[in-house]
Amino acid sequence: MPGSGPRVGLFVTCLVDLYRPTVGFAAVKLLEDAGCTVEVPATQTCCGQPAYNSGDMADTRAVARGVIDAFEGFDYVVAPSGSCAGMIHEHYPKLFADEPETAQRAQHLAKRTHELVSFLVDVLNVERVDAAFPGTVTYHDSCSGLRELQVKTQPRRLLGTVEGLSLTELPSAEICCGFGGTFCVKYPEISDKMVTEKARDVSATGAGTLLAGDLGCLLNMSGKLSRLGSGTKVRHVAEVLAGMADGPAIGEPGRE
Amino acid sequence: MQSTSRSFKQNAHHALQDATLQRALGNIKTGFQEKRRQVIAALPEFEALRDAGRDIKNHTLANLDFYLERFEERVTEAGGVVHWCRTPAEARQTILEICRRRNARTVTKGKSMIAEEIGLNEFLEANAIEPVETDLGEYIIQLRHEPPSHIIAPAIHVTREQIADDFRRHHSDLDPNRRLEEPRDFTDEARAKLRDRYFQADVGITGANFLIAETGSTVIVTNEGNGDMTQLLGKAHVVVASLEKVVPTLDDAATILRLLARSATGQEMSVYTTFSTGPRRPGDLDGPEEFHVVLLDNGRSAMLGTEFQEMLRCIRCAACMNHCPVYAAVGGHAYGWVYPGPMGAVLTPSLIGVEEAGHLPNASTFCGRCESVCPMRIPLPKMMRHYRTREYERGLAPGTVRAGLSLWSFLATRPSLYRFVTGMAAWTLGALGRRAGRFKSLPMAGGWTGVRDLPAPEGRTFHTLWAERQGAERRGSGGTGR
Amino acid sequence: MSSARDQILGSIRKSLGRGALEGEDAARLHRRLATPSRNLIPDRTAGLDRDGLARQLVGKLGEAACSVDEVASMAEVPGRIAAWLQRENLPARLVQAPALANGLDWSKAPTMEVKTGTADGSEDTSVTPVFAAVAETGTLMLLSDAPTPTGLNFLPENHVAVVRRSQVVGPLEDAWSKLRAARAEAGAAAAGAGMPRTVNLITGPSRTGDIEQRIQMGAHGPRRLHVIVVDD
Repeated sequence: MPGSGPRVGLFVTCLVDLYRPTVGFAAVKLLEDAGCTVEVPATQTCCGQPAYNSGDMADTRAVARGVIDAFEGFDYVVAPSGSCAGMIHEHYPKLFADEPETAQRAQHLAKRTHELVSFLVDVLNVERVDAAFPGTVTYHDSCSGLRELQVKTQPRRLLGTVEGLSLTELPSAEICCGFGGTFCVKYPEISDKMVTEKARDVSATGAGTLLAGDLGCLLNMSGKLSRLGSGTKVRHVAEVLAGMADGPAIGEPGRE
Repeated sequence: MQSTSRSFKQNAHHALQDATLQRALGNIKTGFQEKRRQVIAALPEFEALRDAGRDIKNHTLANLDFYLERFEERVTEAGGVVHWCRTPAEARQTILEICRRRNARTVTKGKSMIAEEIGLNEFLEANAIEPVETDLGEYIIQLRHEPPSHIIAPAIHVTREQIADDFRRHHSDLDPNRRLEEPRDFTDEARAKLRDRYFQADVGITGANFLIAETGSTVIVTNEGNGDMTQLLGKAHVVVASLEKVVPTLDDAATILRLLARSATGQEMSVYTTFSTGPRRPGDLDGPEEFHVVLLDNGRSAMLGTEFQEMLRCIRCAACMNHCPVYAAVGGHAYGWVYPGPMGAVLTPSLIGVEEAGHLPNASTFCGRCESVCPMRIPLPKMMRHYRTREYERGLAPGTVRAGLSLWSFLATRPSLYRFVTGMAAWTLGALGRRAGRFKSLPMAGGWTGVRDLPAPEGRTFHTLWAERQGAERRGSGGTGR
Repeated sequence: MSSARDQILGSIRKSLGRGALEGEDAARLHRRLATPSRNLIPDRTAGLDRDGLARQLVGKLGEAACSVDEVASMAEVPGRIAAWLQRENLPARLVQAPALANGLDWSKAPTMEVKTGTADGSEDTSVTPVFAAVAETGTLMLLSDAPTPTGLNFLPENHVAVVRRSQVVGPLEDAWSKLRAARAEAGAAAAGAGMPRTVNLITGPSRTGDIEQRIQMGAHGPRRLHVIVVDD
């Protein structure tokens, strides 16, 4: 029941905010179904990775300070992204070596910050979801979630409880799709080679839908699959788990 | 070796267009990756051994001066000589003098990345000494006048058909009807060809995987046995090694050996692990008359105490490049210097400067697979990020990137303005893209849409919709209405 | 002007932010070298008795692509080598390590042409003893010495290694202990802290993966490694 459980601040992520609000609402539903009170701080923007991964530490710190301020006081902070949650969880504490007070706040935030699906399974002990999705899906393990936050079994466990869904494993599920934030536009040819192989592997599974937990990777893979003329649909895993996968998939024409 | 790291992008472009290279690179997944996976699954202690290996190297690096001095004492006691060399030029000159003293005309060489780092072959050739590479892969690329493209499989970029052509071109006595198709055909041909060279050689040069402070031993790890023939049959044995190769004891080497072959080729042990201590002893029927260790610094001592110190734990197993999707896409030559892949993306700027090699730490998605397989737990992505920071601080990052980041940061630190701009963007792109669902091209987004479609946003931002939902709930639950 | 040696050591110390180690700091490291302690050792061979170690060794030798023959005594070895050469269609001649000259009685294999010494590259097959055999990984440890020249381990196409069951140890560390004990006993501490000129750890026959990553035996060293395990 909403209200009885922990108070969770949803870190929407800039990509979900801009591109696919459905994922944000799916996250809210999953968290509320698990008994959380969900709030969305209005002053949040981005976690700072574009600057951080470009070596721009001053701007990274400025943006991170905003996030730390915005999420003060929640029991948990949850993001529908392994990449952004990983940024806060793994990297924020290291940003403020020269500012002990901010470093302490960053540390405090880092400890409370989780990726959505692993939060549901590992922290809230959610064992099943109330959702149906007819068809075969395959799952790509986004790199940050997989290697920084050990998100691997949790989405598979919950997907296993979705009525009508069958999962065909993607053979190269742990290999990067070639997104890499700014990498994909700084080195488009290499990124293209990587995402082309990923798209080929996805198609070879025969699954009708590709799922993953990070919108950056999903936009990249969806963009390549459609460029190659593949009919594979692409969705964030939260949409399926929340039973909110009835709208257009990523990159599909909208309903007029 | 002259670096071409500055033109990484062009190098990568050519590599991606090269169908033969792409075919050769395809062997990595079924080869190295799968074999490593299997052999590690058979050793429950592997993760704990990684910790132990890291700790041994950290301890050694913190006391590097002490262990190098002990190593030198033991080498001297065993009748060998340690030559301390600050730069590649000093190392080359030292080796040349040893060769000259022995009136050397040919030297055989076991595989050594340090020899590549100091450009030894070209230098010896310029001084009328013929270097003969004896590792099969090194031999092949020497025929092709190419640098290695991988630190343990130097000819991984070459296909059988290419090797057949190279052998026919260079082995003038090769019967034109002789079959050169199966790996055995090539191995037999090279084996026969190189046999005589071992016996002719005046000096045998090898690298070293470890230097043992306890005993003054140098260690090479190979599968072919070429390094052993090189050091056994040459009249003088010259070991060229960088100073971070030292470990304290034989037991420490035993621990790291459990990590090395498993991480490299997926073997429990490589076929030959050889500990060499000094020259031939009285009464020995074989072995070299002289034993020299050329100990190279080349900037490594200056890496200690910096954010790049951990790179000096590297044992050159190549697991990082074997698991790197960028390496798999472009191969080793694109990196433009001696060390490719993730370890090269850190080591190359450390050794030749970030001005020269600035592309390399940027050409990573930070997927983290390299760190996850590194037997010495080197945080490779973290160190690549340190280089990106250094580049940004020194103003080496491109102006467009800096301008873009400034604008983005200006917005991201002003939430209201950010909401307004993202709201406009979502609405505009959503409206433009609703019918197709995606963009095939978009102004200013060529980096993206050149190779893939850009999915269209749903049309309204989450925050806009959330605010509406909150408003509706307040009105609904407030009860008073208007 | 200081030497390159001094400059390198100075640069290391400067980077580490300290001078040369002295006093207890140095003494602690000297002790670490003088009495080497073991790090983590895999459980794989823990608690195995002599039979267990031999079984583990034979299994690992097989994985490393060795052929293995188990015999009851040294007296059987020459006959078994002759039979193996015949099975493999190899010439009935070999070079044996001087160390084996008194131990192997070739009169029981009269067709064999046997010479004693090191290899010069013309021989097809060598026969050597080992110093130890590491059951953990199927690794043979061979030491260079006048009676055991290293050339025998590499130059011939075929290498026959004679392992006594009493020489089989569990992990590599046990082989190091055995080596240290043997060298201390022989009073050989003068050269290289008791290390022989060459210690070869050999795990299977020579091979290469340099042609399209496909494994091919017999790159430069022996194409075949035949191990005879003798019950002593």
